[in-house]
Amino acid sequence: MTHATHKESAPADAASVNACAAAWLRRRQFWDWTEEEQAGLDAWLAESAAHRVAYWRLNAAWSRTDRLAALRRETDDAVGRSKKRFGRVAAASLAIAIMIVMSAGFWFLRPLEKTYTTALGGKQTIVFADGSKIELNTDTALRVNFRQRSVWLDRGEAYFQIKHDPRHPFVVMAGSGRVTDVGTRFFVRRDLSRLKVALVEGQAQFDSLNIPSETPKSLLPGDVVIATPTSTTLLRESSKNLSSELGWRKGVLVFEHTTLLDAAAEFNRYNSEKVVVADDASAHLTINGTFRTNDVEAFADAAHGVFGLRVETRNGEAIISR
Amino acid sequence: MAEKPEITHEDANPHCRGAAMATADVEAWFVREVLPLEAILMQYLRHHWPEKSQIEDLRQDVYVRICEFAQKEIPDPPKPFILATARNLIIDRLRREQIVPIEIIADIDLLGLAADVPGPERSAVARDELRRLQAALDSLPPRCREAVALGKIEGLSGREIAARMAVSEATVSEHIDKGMCVLADVLYGDMSVFGKAS
Repeated sequence: MTHATHKESAPADAASVNACAAAWLRRRQFWDWTEEEQAGLDAWLAESAAHRVAYWRLNAAWSRTDRLAALRRETDDAVGRSKKRFGRVAAASLAIAIMIVMSAGFWFLRPLEKTYTTALGGKQTIVFADGSKIELNTDTALRVNFRQRSVWLDRGEAYFQIKHDPRHPFVVMAGSGRVTDVGTRFFVRRDLSRLKVALVEGQAQFDSLNIPSETPKSLLPGDVVIATPTSTTLLRESSKNLSSELGWRKGVLVFEHTTLLDAAAEFNRYNSEKVVVADDASAHLTINGTFRTNDVEAFADAAHGVFGLRVETRNGEAIISR
Repeated sequence: MAEKPEITHEDANPHCRGAAMATADVEAWFVREVLPLEAILMQYLRHHWPEKSQIEDLRQDVYVRICEFAQKEIPDPPKPFILATARNLIIDRLRREQIVPIEIIADIDLLGLAADVPGPERSAVARDELRRLQAALDSLPPRCREAVALGKIEGLSGREIAARMAVSEATVSEHIDKGMCVLADVLYGDMSVFGKAS
């Protein structure tokens, strides 16, 4: 009685139909999905009920695991808050659920990183399940481990708005520096050999891995740490200054008594057309003003209009000189 | 996926009249009412059909039959209908195969439709699902599991997964396809991995 399958009026064997359904689903989920491909899928589904049920089934299972992943995150998040938020019964059943999750040695909990990068002049916002946010400025690379709430800033600048979670402190590593939040807004900027951490709101701790003998510094709003490979300096900045420095979040650069040299360097972080200040005297003139990060022309115009400097464009560079 | 394919079976099938169900409705019903009973169906099929290699085909045929029926009218409640369909399918097959092992016929007559195979009910809650999922994932080869995790948990695209794992996109595709099939079998079909893991 074993060899009659192929005479069935029903369509091809289930294994190959399943394989086709999986291939459609995978292309739809993981590769660029075009209208033509949608039309192809529709046609394939219309071909037979066997195609449809196989596709529905795989799709349903695949989406169901999404919900499980979400459930895992909620459960995780809820641990620290359960006592306050839920009634005792709810807390007890939640605790049971969590114990079961943990005893399963849950596979989702393995540490995994995701990398985010922005191009020159680009911006990107990452939002965590708990509402915590990271905004990436121009030309930035960072890696996030969502489970451990750890971030590695490999290059560039980012602004962090972190919801505090006592069980899972949020940690940012940038070169030799490490920032541990206690529920904060702060930014971290990493240049070639200089790291800047500024606390806008809340509380955080900074420590340097290069200078392990140092005790961690507790930061308060307005505190700014400048760390180089050999030193760590703590400064204070007004909140007005800090919000100027965060102008990029709205796409602007805010200058206040900023030398042309520094202003040009700021523009150059965002644009491939570089601004060069050619002579020393011009470099030390200071300007005030707000410019769009990509508006090199407005900046050059201001240099020309305000100081009567010459602006030439050569080989994709705007050269400012007397 | 939120969008449903824009095909309606009644267009393809002139025998259906106005009362026909939209394909999207059938899909919703199938996912909501039928798939959760897959474990029961599989238990029934395994019990009554000794040729293990054909079980997957039988399951597919049962689903095709009930979905074709559902285009006209949604069977409610679904469970007796699914089992009756499975039974009829088995009898059809036995008839067609002509060589009918006596014990199978006897079995079917004995159990008939009354065979309300006890199985995990839909209320088998999230923790069972978690355990099943765990079992399913554990049953995948490590590289396959890694590909599924990168896609599922980290939301990477196929290309990114290939880059991260330093393998070709074709290899990633193989891993993902296999992962999808195994996940469905374990989550719905209560396949053997679950039995072993728990």
